[in-house]
Amino acid sequence: MDKPLSKAQSAYLKARARRRHLVLTGQILLFVLFVGLWELTAQTGLLNDFIFSSPSQMIKTFLRMTEDFSIFRHIGITLAETAGSFFLVMAIGLGSAMVLWLFPALAELLEPYLVMLNSLPKSALAPVLIVWLGNNMKTIVVAAVSVAVFGAIMTLHTGFQNVDPDKIKLIYTLGGSKWDVLRKVLIPSSVPLIINNMKVNIGLCLVGVIIGEFLAADQGLGYLIIYGSQVFKMDMVMMSIVLLCLLSMGFYRLIGVLEKWAARRSGLHRPG
Amino acid sequence: MEPILELIHVSFSYHSITGETEALSDISLSVEPGEFIAVVGPSGCGKTTLLSLISGLIAPEAGEIRLFGKPLGTSGANIGYMLQRDHLFEWRTVYDNVQLGLEIRRSLTPKALDRVDSMLDTYGLSDFKKAPPTALSGGMRQRAALIRTLALEPDILLLDEPFSALDYQTRLEVGDDIGSIIRKEHKTAILVTHDLSEAITLADRIVILSRRPARIRKILSLSFEEDCGSPLKRRSSPLFSGYFEEIWKELKAHG
Repeated sequence: MDKPLSKAQSAYLKARARRRHLVLTGQILLFVLFVGLWELTAQTGLLNDFIFSSPSQMIKTFLRMTEDFSIFRHIGITLAETAGSFFLVMAIGLGSAMVLWLFPALAELLEPYLVMLNSLPKSALAPVLIVWLGNNMKTIVVAAVSVAVFGAIMTLHTGFQNVDPDKIKLIYTLGGSKWDVLRKVLIPSSVPLIINNMKVNIGLCLVGVIIGEFLAADQGLGYLIIYGSQVFKMDMVMMSIVLLCLLSMGFYRLIGVLEKWAARRSGLHRPG
Repeated sequence: MEPILELIHVSFSYHSITGETEALSDISLSVEPGEFIAVVGPSGCGKTTLLSLISGLIAPEAGEIRLFGKPLGTSGANIGYMLQRDHLFEWRTVYDNVQLGLEIRRSLTPKALDRVDSMLDTYGLSDFKKAPPTALSGGMRQRAALIRTLALEPDILLLDEPFSALDYQTRLEVGDDIGSIIRKEHKTAILVTHDLSEAITLADRIVILSRRPARIRKILSLSFEEDCGSPLKRRSSPLFSGYFEEIWKELKAHG
């Protein structure tokens, strides 16, 4: 590390840094351009801001709603529902995938039903859930879980089945049981798969929560969107959509942090 | 001396929807304690199946396998199995990797750890305890895998082409290394390989198998001069090429 960098190496590093800067600048510029153009066309009347809203209107709406803290309640509700359903999906998904791996006969038995449930458009279930569970948060969380959970089970189970059979054989040659294979090989070797699946699931949970809120809520960002469109407050609708964008980006970032942490830990921790 | 391992008329077939594949047919063999046996034969002839049977991973369809005179499974014998690749887990440190077997058998005693430590020391890995396996060279990885196996103090060591994934130079070194380690620890070992020179340099006896379904064609006892203790010295012995030719002919005649 103390070795002085060669000319070529420092030139390479400099070029890399320059490129990174360029991309970042471009990204910011794109954002500014988009928002600026939107605002400008709305101001000049080129774009009907009653229908399309405008950045300044959205900010105004946001500020107005912060005064009575109502916006934070809506964000908090959507956040809680998404996080809750996400944890449920991961728990049910991992648990079921492990059970299916432990009992291959069960997996074979359930396979067509899982495929069917996975490909079923889950929005079709939402009205049924309202009848069964009522017009409340339970319905929303169950709707969100139903969107993601079957895919999660299938993806994780397939991943478990693709673990190097020789690694599994190794555990058996050392005198281990199927349970040992699960704990010592399957789970630790599937960490990247699990994290990738988390990224998919957080997006799907958000979709499920919004569908649920469209139909069975009196608070949350999904409710704001549907309510705003009904009373033609497009500023509110657009603002909610932007907030949703920020929310999903935040979730992605969080999982990104988890991914980095897991990568750093791998090789240096002792499972079990 | 009582044999440590006996195979008595052992046969085994693989079954699939498209049919039955006979892998081993009527294999009988007995192994003395401390002996180093090499099994050679054409690729795909069922050599790995033989080791899987001895280790108890699969059961023979006919015949019997005895360890210390008792049927497999009831003998309480401890069998170590070294696979073709080292399969060190990249999410564990080298130290945690070599402890894997002890962990699984719940025998992580201070005594066992002492033994592991001294083996790591002897075989030049103690500086890499906390390192991930990716920091090791091919030969070092294979040595770590051997320590993982030896940590369980096996009565018999099964080696399934443990050097085949290495490049030629490393292979010679590691073969020499591992051969010496096994002799030093006085282990009974059965090595499966398709590399004839490897078999000749390491083994006391060589079992030559036929094409599938594998039968024993011949069992060849090797004796080298007194000073040919190490595998590398055997390579330069005048007897080496004679043995090589003998096995080669045997394999070709029945190929």
